[in-house]
Amino acid sequence: MTTSTTTTTPSRWKRLRDSYLWYSFKRDRTAQLCLAVFICLVIAAFSAPMLAPTDPYDLRHIDIMSSELPPFWIDGADERYSLGTDAQGRDLWSIILYGTRVSLLIGFGAVMLQALLGVTFGLMAGYLGGRVDAFLMRLADIQLSFSTLMVAIVVGAVVKATMGSAFYSQYAVLMLILIIGLAEWPQYARTVRASVLAEKNKEYVDAARVMGLRSKRIMFRHVLPNTLSPIFVISTVQIANAIISEAALSFLGLGMPETHPSLGSLIKSGFDYIQSGSWWITLIPGAVLVVLVLSINLLGDWLRDVMNPRLYKG
Amino acid sequence: MALLEVSQLDVRFALRQGEVRALRDVSFTLERGERLGIVGESGAGKSVAAFSLLNLIAKPGFIAGGTITFDGQTLNTMSERGLRKVRGNRISMIFQDPMMTLNPVLSIGEQMVECLKAHRRISTKEARAIALDKLRQVQIPSPETRLDQYPHELSGGMRQRIIIAIALLLDPDIIIADEPTTALDVTIQAEIMALLLELCEQHNVGLILITHDLGVVSQVTQRILVMYAGRVIEQGSTREIINDPQHPYTQGLINALPQMATPGERLNQIRGSMPSLSNLPSGCAFHPRCDFINRADGQPRPACTQQVPAFVESGNCRVACHMVAEMLEDRRLKEESP
Amino acid sequence: MIAFLIKRLMHAILVMFVISVLAFAIQDNLGDPVQQMVGQSVPESEREAIRERLGLNDSFLVQYARFAKNAVQGDFGYSYFYREPALEVIARHLPATLELVFAATLIIVVFSVPIGVYSAIKPRSPISRFFMGVSIIGISIPVFLTAILLIQIFAIGITITLFPQGTGWGAWLNGLLSTEGNMPSFGRGYDLVHVVGHWDTNLATWDGVKHLVLPAVSLASIMLPLFIRLIRAEMMEVLQSDYVKYARAKGISMRRVYFVHALKNTMLPVITVGGVQIGTMVAYTILTETVFQWPGMGLMFLDAINHADIPLIVTYLMIVGLIFVVTNTIVDLIYGFVNPTVKLTGKPA
Repeated sequence: MTTSTTTTTPSRWKRLRDSYLWYSFKRDRTAQLCLAVFICLVIAAFSAPMLAPTDPYDLRHIDIMSSELPPFWIDGADERYSLGTDAQGRDLWSIILYGTRVSLLIGFGAVMLQALLGVTFGLMAGYLGGRVDAFLMRLADIQLSFSTLMVAIVVGAVVKATMGSAFYSQYAVLMLILIIGLAEWPQYARTVRASVLAEKNKEYVDAARVMGLRSKRIMFRHVLPNTLSPIFVISTVQIANAIISEAALSFLGLGMPETHPSLGSLIKSGFDYIQSGSWWITLIPGAVLVVLVLSINLLGDWLRDVMNPRLYKG
Repeated sequence: MALLEVSQLDVRFALRQGEVRALRDVSFTLERGERLGIVGESGAGKSVAAFSLLNLIAKPGFIAGGTITFDGQTLNTMSERGLRKVRGNRISMIFQDPMMTLNPVLSIGEQMVECLKAHRRISTKEARAIALDKLRQVQIPSPETRLDQYPHELSGGMRQRIIIAIALLLDPDIIIADEPTTALDVTIQAEIMALLLELCEQHNVGLILITHDLGVVSQVTQRILVMYAGRVIEQGSTREIINDPQHPYTQGLINALPQMATPGERLNQIRGSMPSLSNLPSGCAFHPRCDFINRADGQPRPACTQQVPAFVESGNCRVACHMVAEMLEDRRLKEESP
Repeated sequence: MIAFLIKRLMHAILVMFVISVLAFAIQDNLGDPVQQMVGQSVPESEREAIRERLGLNDSFLVQYARFAKNAVQGDFGYSYFYREPALEVIARHLPATLELVFAATLIIVVFSVPIGVYSAIKPRSPISRFFMGVSIIGISIPVFLTAILLIQIFAIGITITLFPQGTGWGAWLNGLLSTEGNMPSFGRGYDLVHVVGHWDTNLATWDGVKHLVLPAVSLASIMLPLFIRLIRAEMMEVLQSDYVKYARAKGISMRRVYFVHALKNTMLPVITVGGVQIGTMVAYTILTETVFQWPGMGLMFLDAINHADIPLIVTYLMIVGLIFVVTNTIVDLIYGFVNPTVKLTGKPA
């Protein structure tokens, strides 16, 4: 850790390449594969307008006559629609690309909101202690004991009932980010609080306090950087969870409308046709969702093994 | 034939970075009722030696060579089932930290009875009677109530007494005690040690006492084994080693005892620290810290940095040191040519 | 023990209070009961009179007090949609959900403990690796998707034509991979046996059990891998501990070391997590019941949302809150019984 004064500090890239993280990444085939799959999915989703043969949001492309066409490897497929069409005649490949984009957008957005809320509250609870700590952690406990998905469903239901379906559909992306973000902040708060409590009694914090630094500065500049690795690890799991939560909400009709579907609402809309044999409308988006979540979860597993932070259990 | 005979024990740990040799060429014997001290700094391999006797080293570790013979049986090649009959029955162990050794969710009685029932065909009632008797022997206040208590209700000293009682449950031949007092309050340490010594003498039980505390060893044991970096570097009778240590490392250890220091002066230390087992220095592992690698004429002794020293007999002791070997050789030459 | 009980009870009451305030706030702000009662045509003056008579013009606190008093007496108001007491509606749907949760819990307990323990004892064996691989895939498949997959495979059936049909082995392989799809996947079936009150059980007849299988497996599908991983992780940690090493040094059998010394310590954190997961389980019943049209509380709740049936939504929240609080308290008590270090004081040592 000591760098002599004559040498310049190594660049970030060099530091990354010398790190244990990189070393174990080079040796772990699963992690490499997962990262590759994940990056491919992200790139494909965010360049959907370029990759997709049709624009599924554009009503002019929808032809009800060509609905429920099977994917290319099954008899009766139409060469214009490689993965077939859904019940409204939309090209499945195009709508999956757009749907993945929506799912990822909500997943990342919700996790950023969770992290913002959770890290702030966790730092406050851990660093200030006392009543603030007791109040925030009791709140987190109650919320967690109801499970995040339950909270999200209830909040979603209430918001939808208050605002009305039309309004809710219009701002669905924003609503879902808010709902999932609000539902899942306790995970971050508890993790951050646990590591703050571990860090707080170390000497460097005392030293900073003796130097007369303000508590806010100590929290953000001194304690927070030392809690980053557990935050990093749970973030992967949280993104996967947020994507699943979004899919679940959409599946229940509390999420994205079918005109602007996410992977979850695609699965929902296809489910009605599964009994008539058109399994692809629901199972192909389902497979994409699973691959996406699985690659994130496996990356999270790998990260946890490598960084091995003391995570808050329970 | 000694009761326990360990010869050329070689223990290794298969780690990701490659094999690390935790013990090399460790040989010693223990007679019935004898008390042996194994001394060294932390990391010298004392605990590994203790655990490998009963083949209890944890997974990446394994016994790569050597033999451990106990009462005519070879323990290191014995099946798990056969070993189980020896463990706790003929050789029992006392662990370092009594706070961590007893299972927190099982009552004291349960933990004593299960041990008896594993080795003898007796009823729970009989087992409890024996357990109670042993608790009395270790002088626990109100032993009857202890059987139904849980570990967290007892102090560290009491727990260690219970562990000593468990060690004595089946009247073993040998007790291996791995730093039995290190985790206790200083005031209780002497008490527990005296109790252990008394019980061992009373029942004629052999004791292998592992410790870094030469003071304790000098009071309790009859023979000493000094270990450094996975090797035995000196062994012999306790009195001789304490009064006249040969190996520079043993000398350093004894000089480092607080009672050896002049009041008001700094304590004597051995400079440097123990090398990592995966990266041992060449030749004698102690040479980077040794003050005697130079000959009498001021020239460094090349053997120290190049050759692993072999054992030489010096009186009743065996020492692995080039300097000692050279001195003995000089003395012999002088005696031969007057 | 008494102090511990009282402390738990206080906590439970506090949580129920918070839930009831939230539930009341929802009811107060959503939906106009007067409009539900009399429709649009009644003039404003008459509505005002009804409002006054119903006490809707009282202050928030007064109204809450009335709401709480009624709730304690079991009066949660009338469901708009069913036109009957909301509690009655819930009571009719509760047994179906409880049976589903019971069956799923049974699956979880029966499979997670042996698999978790085995893969902790032999972490490098191929079987353990297989279970770990399957469990991470299981965690990554959302409950409703598992349910859909199960329907496709076991209720609709799949025909595989991957291998050449003409050859004998091809037909055999195709047949092996194809499924018939004769499992029921819709509702509880008609072969229910009446037990008592609103409770008709699925567990008494073969047809009833068959209807229960797919929903229960779906509901268990996410929790099971979670618990397998949790038990494995905890067990591996316990196996590293000094007291397990010491137990081995005492010469007792490995079976006793694993199942008495290690397992008991492993289960302590698992019980705690289990209590927390009950909430998740209830959330998942909403998804599972939706897919299988299982006539339980979850499906009823979703219908209530779609009908904007506010009293029913509020009642559901209160009842589910009560279930959480009761089960969490029970779990805490069990924990207290199993863990000797929690005694009398209620504080883990």
